[in-house]
Amino acid sequence: MTSKAGLASATPVPAGLDQAQLRDLYYFLRLTRALEERLVNLYRQGKIVGGLYRSLGQEGESVASAYALEDGDILSPLIRNLGSMLVRGARPIEILRQYMAKATSPTSGREMNIHFNDLRLGYLGQISPLGDMVPVMAGIALSFKMRREPRVGLVYVGDGATSTGAFHEGANFAAVHRLPLVMIVENNGYAYSTPTSQQAATPRLAAKGKAYGIRALTVDGNDVFAVYRGAKDAVERARVGDGPTLLEVITYRRKGHAEHDDQRYQPDDEIRKWEKADPLDRFVERVQRGGWIPSQELGDIDARVTQELDAAVTECENDPVPVGDTALPHVFAEPAAAERLWFRQIDG
Amino acid sequence: MAERTYLEALRDGLREEMARDENVFILGEDVGAYGGAFKVTDGFVQEFGAERVIDTPISETAIVGAAAGAAHMGFRPVAEMQFIDFIACAYDILTNYVATARYRAGLATPIVVRGPSGGYVRGGPFHSQNPEAAFFHTPGLKLVCPATARDAKGLIKAAVRDDDPVIYFEHKYLYRRIKEDLPEGEDLLTPIGKARVAREGTDLTVVTWSAMVWKVLEAAEQLEQADGASLEVIDLRTLVPMDEETMFASVRKTNRALIVHEDTRTGGVAGEITARLNERVFEWLDAPIKRVTAHDTPLPYAPTLEDFVLPQTSDVVSAARWLLAY
Repeated sequence: MTSKAGLASATPVPAGLDQAQLRDLYYFLRLTRALEERLVNLYRQGKIVGGLYRSLGQEGESVASAYALEDGDILSPLIRNLGSMLVRGARPIEILRQYMAKATSPTSGREMNIHFNDLRLGYLGQISPLGDMVPVMAGIALSFKMRREPRVGLVYVGDGATSTGAFHEGANFAAVHRLPLVMIVENNGYAYSTPTSQQAATPRLAAKGKAYGIRALTVDGNDVFAVYRGAKDAVERARVGDGPTLLEVITYRRKGHAEHDDQRYQPDDEIRKWEKADPLDRFVERVQRGGWIPSQELGDIDARVTQELDAAVTECENDPVPVGDTALPHVFAEPAAAERLWFRQIDG
Repeated sequence: MAERTYLEALRDGLREEMARDENVFILGEDVGAYGGAFKVTDGFVQEFGAERVIDTPISETAIVGAAAGAAHMGFRPVAEMQFIDFIACAYDILTNYVATARYRAGLATPIVVRGPSGGYVRGGPFHSQNPEAAFFHTPGLKLVCPATARDAKGLIKAAVRDDDPVIYFEHKYLYRRIKEDLPEGEDLLTPIGKARVAREGTDLTVVTWSAMVWKVLEAAEQLEQADGASLEVIDLRTLVPMDEETMFASVRKTNRALIVHEDTRTGGVAGEITARLNERVFEWLDAPIKRVTAHDTPLPYAPTLEDFVLPQTSDVVSAARWLLAY
């Protein structure tokens, strides 16, 4: 087989991907991991406002599932879907500005980390009361259906969120109305400290989709190709009116819920076992074994990521923080700003 | 002009907005084929089709959440709560998400959530509430509570066109009990955030809204006849944003204030109005600000119990006399 780049491959690239797409995938996998590593450094320097949430070990399913979407589609990420946001076009400097609560951030310092929207690029910020994104994304999918637009919504749901009422209401609503919605259920072993076994008695969370008449599958979440193939199929089915799919991805959260979390509830040997199934390592091993991307090119991508992040961190650190009273506008469209209270209007 | 009940006026307003703007659609339980539990959307599915009058599963969170998602994409959904009591099921998504979407991340959510509220209809504890205070506290939600047929129509039309989320509390006691001649073929809009002086007077300001407006007007009439007292009645119409200036101007004139609402006392909106009057027109007051509200209990079913718990015209008369004599 000859790719678009003209490089002869030893074996065909799987999942209908071409070599340019493989390079793309590698870029986003590497960018996600490297950006989080930068964030850890900034966190340790006290430059992050509040908590830091890692997706180490889950970058594969985030990047691969988001990569299955087309322009015009919209996804809604969870805290561990930084990779999905980057695939949709969120820029590292925006993430940095959010984490450092800068005036220049997409939310002008009002919101944290990945909680911001760009519906044109195709992402709706996370809603922290988990499960709520399912009904909201069902509404976005409903709008696609009502306008007869061939667009798809994709929503991430954690193992913990599948216990919420909102998830069940949203999934059922999407099923009944046959909406173009793909649900990626990330079974990463833990919801904060609670293992999946204490979250649900069913061993396979995909069963929760089946109960609503939703096509539901389970795939290896640390296999970029398997996730991409499953998501792509689900997205294309949704696009042609075949209704929702629930794709359970089995993965593992190798860091704590947030950077402060000492993970005392996660056995060491369990973490070590999953380190050996690292999605980025597996991806690199696959592309090298297949002869699809020369090592030199992978190195070039790494260098590009380093360069981009160096520039972004430097720029972000010099950005201003928001002025206090910029907190008042935009509670409503009208009135334009909340009232400044009387004790802030009198002279001390 | 045509005589319309409160319910018909609401229905007319909704129908006009759906005809005017194809982005307006309705979703809720039994709103389509059945036309809604109280028939507010009667005939809509025939007129606008099932795609714009969507029957949903019994899932208030999904109804409000889906409305929000569609609103982000440019639609103007109107979500019906079969009884407004059940809006509590959607409290999370309304307060955590819908109310904050614009502020947090610049996302417009122009939805209307409407439903039958209020008592005096022997509906029992789960079908009679006025959950306005639960949402009054949350920045980002507008709350409207029409008392007249004109405002039932004018406020639903304004709510649909508003760029912010609006909760529309329609009073089921008023649905078929009040009528009004309304102009036909005229775009009747009631501005959100503007109170109405329902009766002019000089001796005491009564601030109220929704069904209580009628009880207060009745009390005002009795007091004029019996005592020669002149009550000014302010129908707030909108709780958020609140028309403070109309209230303040009235109290500066009458120097006395009574706030009357059907909701329970503790944490009720009257407390907030009292505080604002205290902060802004204290010097004009000749008497303490007083409240007439429901007693702090769930709303019981038996007529004798419900009538005891809810504020009655006679309660307004007593309270007004107390204030006038102060």
